[in-house]
Amino acid sequence: MSAVLSLRGVTTFYGAVQALRGVDLDVNAGEIVTLIGANGAGKSTLMMTICGSPRARDGEILHEGTDITTMPTHEIMRRGIAQSPEGRRIFSRMTVYENLLMGAHGKPEASLKNEMEQVFTLFPRLKERLSQRGGTLSGGEQQMLAIGRALMSKPSLLLLDEPSLGLAPLVVKLIFNAIRELNRTTGLTVLLVEQNAFQALRLAHRGYVLVNGAITMAGTGADLLARPEIRAAYLEGGHG
Amino acid sequence: MLRDAAVSAVIAFGLFGAMIGLKTEVGVQTIELTPRPYLVLAAVVLVFFGRLALLAWKKSRPAGTPKRGRITAVANKAGRYLTPVVLVLTITLPFYAERYYVDLGVLVLTYVMLGWGLNIVVGLAGLLDLGYVAFYAVGAYSYALIAQNFGLGFWTCLPLAGILAAFWGVLLGFPVLRLRGDYLAIVTLAFGEIIRVVILNWTSLTGGPNGLSGIPRPTLFGLVFNSSGGEGSFAEFFGIEPNISQRGIFLFYVILGLALLTNWVSLRLRRLPLGRAWEALREDEIACRALGIDVTVTKLTAFAMGACFAGFAGAFFATRQAFISPESFTFIESAIVLAIVVLGGLGSQIGVALAAVVMIGGGELFRDFQEYRMLIFGGALVIMMVVRPRGLVSGRTPSVSLGDKRHISADMMTEGHG
Ligand SMILES: Nc1ncnc2c1ncn2[C@@H]1O[C@H](COP(=O)(O)OP(=O)(O)OP(=O)(O)O)[C@@H](O)[C@H]1O
Ligand SMILES: [Mg+2]
Repeated sequence: MSAVLSLRGVTTFYGAVQALRGVDLDVNAGEIVTLIGANGAGKSTLMMTICGSPRARDGEILHEGTDITTMPTHEIMRRGIAQSPEGRRIFSRMTVYENLLMGAHGKPEASLKNEMEQVFTLFPRLKERLSQRGGTLSGGEQQMLAIGRALMSKPSLLLLDEPSLGLAPLVVKLIFNAIRELNRTTGLTVLLVEQNAFQALRLAHRGYVLVNGAITMAGTGADLLARPEIRAAYLEGGHG
Repeated sequence: MLRDAAVSAVIAFGLFGAMIGLKTEVGVQTIELTPRPYLVLAAVVLVFFGRLALLAWKKSRPAGTPKRGRITAVANKAGRYLTPVVLVLTITLPFYAERYYVDLGVLVLTYVMLGWGLNIVVGLAGLLDLGYVAFYAVGAYSYALIAQNFGLGFWTCLPLAGILAAFWGVLLGFPVLRLRGDYLAIVTLAFGEIIRVVILNWTSLTGGPNGLSGIPRPTLFGLVFNSSGGEGSFAEFFGIEPNISQRGIFLFYVILGLALLTNWVSLRLRRLPLGRAWEALREDEIACRALGIDVTVTKLTAFAMGACFAGFAGAFFATRQAFISPESFTFIESAIVLAIVVLGGLGSQIGVALAAVVMIGGGELFRDFQEYRMLIFGGALVIMMVVRPRGLVSGRTPSVSLGDKRHISADMMTEGHG
């Protein structure tokens, strides 16, 4: 299998604080890979480091075989990587439609019909709310918009940072189904960061566990789900 | 209620006691203090009853009336019809108004243009720029120096002034790329001062505090405007009586054209990916990065665009006055333009125009009350921010409309966000 994305010994600092300690991670074409870990483990940092903001201090990040470690952020994103960042980060004063356009790297509106349609098939709710302001959407709708916005650039690799954050179980299910559907029909490769370990591991082909900025466990979703230490740390007392 | 009013009165006494109560008069050798107890008494009584009336008014109003929403709705509706009306009134102004008002119109329009230019930087891109006057100065001095040293006319220099100002905009943009909010404001403020101080001290080039005079006036396809008529003048060409007010009217239309150009460009840009990226940048820089928007280029173009229009306005200012000196480019100018933008409702074109009329036009009309001008000005700003915290015309029209053009009211938004 060919790795779409590989991280080798990636280390990231915020000033003097080390957030990632030599992370090795691979995402293969057509896979859904999930990264789980406690609050502050460095999951979001890892996602942003892939995008070059902040930059990795050590190690290398390869995308389809090309070293992107020191590439400017906007160039990385133009290679077919898109991120739906943590906390959704919708442009709250702009309409749903404008938000979607922002995801398309400034391509002219007229050429985006197909991309728009794809988003609406995935999340019909967005189509009804095209001229509503992003900030007035419900949390679930905002998450759909964040994912839809990321899809507008027709990425080959989608980075999703905690799409289930603060959503009701039913909405989480809807979002996860959409991700699965997208992966199955278009072969989109997904790197998914999640707190919701149970659901994420069930959805993903493979998973990694991040503790204090380092990968401590890796395996298939089913494999990780079955491990007692995962059950104890991430699954008990929440979901079941 | 009485107690509240009494407390206010006591505070007023404390405040006004020294300020109004003692008047300094310059004697032959000394400064004498004259006490004015009655004035203080009057002020205190005024505050007492004023407070009482305010409280009574507040009480008479049922709590939580949707007044705010209604005002907004009316204002937004009016805004739609206001634009054409204001435009027609402005274009025809020289036909019905006296010369004084035409000259005032020129002044107001200069600030409208500056307001619209700064609106690109502050309103659209959300970059708080306190040194906008620097680019105004660059434009003015560029025109004056090029015209005097190379003998080029206004219309040739105008684009050059804009380009030079834009260049300085980019130059300022680079060091402040990583800054936001307060820090950005401080650095831009310093930048504005640096430009002024350089102009002040580079005497050999800029004339220093004496400024530059004899700056050529603009011509209409080579026709000059003067009071004596004569060969090659506007009056001679059209066979009419030479009159100095003709130049005033000409200048009026020049600045009107420039202002409308600014407006047209910013409205167009808003609909283009670049303009949308500015707005996205104002909303959320991290999201922009995650979406692959080149934040550097986006910020620099906003600075350059804003600066370019300030440069145009500066060149116009120089040609209108025929004389410029560093005194015209102090911080207060930046503050006034920023106040116009904020007062107008960040991002609203017509709002900015109205705010310029109120602030500059109003300020000129209150010239007779010299001493109280700033007081009235400050008071008006405070009242505005209480009544309409998001500016005269708040709310944002989507840059792309999908059939139904819904206006988005700012009042539905949470304060302090976005
Ligand atoms: N901009 C920043 N400056 C300094 N430290 C930061 C910054 N962002 C994150 N950190 C620190 O880096 C560590 C990892 O943070 P990160 O946001 O990556 O965690 P996370 O795994 O995404 O957590 P969560 O599940 O809560 O989102 C934390 O200790 C955090 O305090
Ligand atoms: Mg996180």
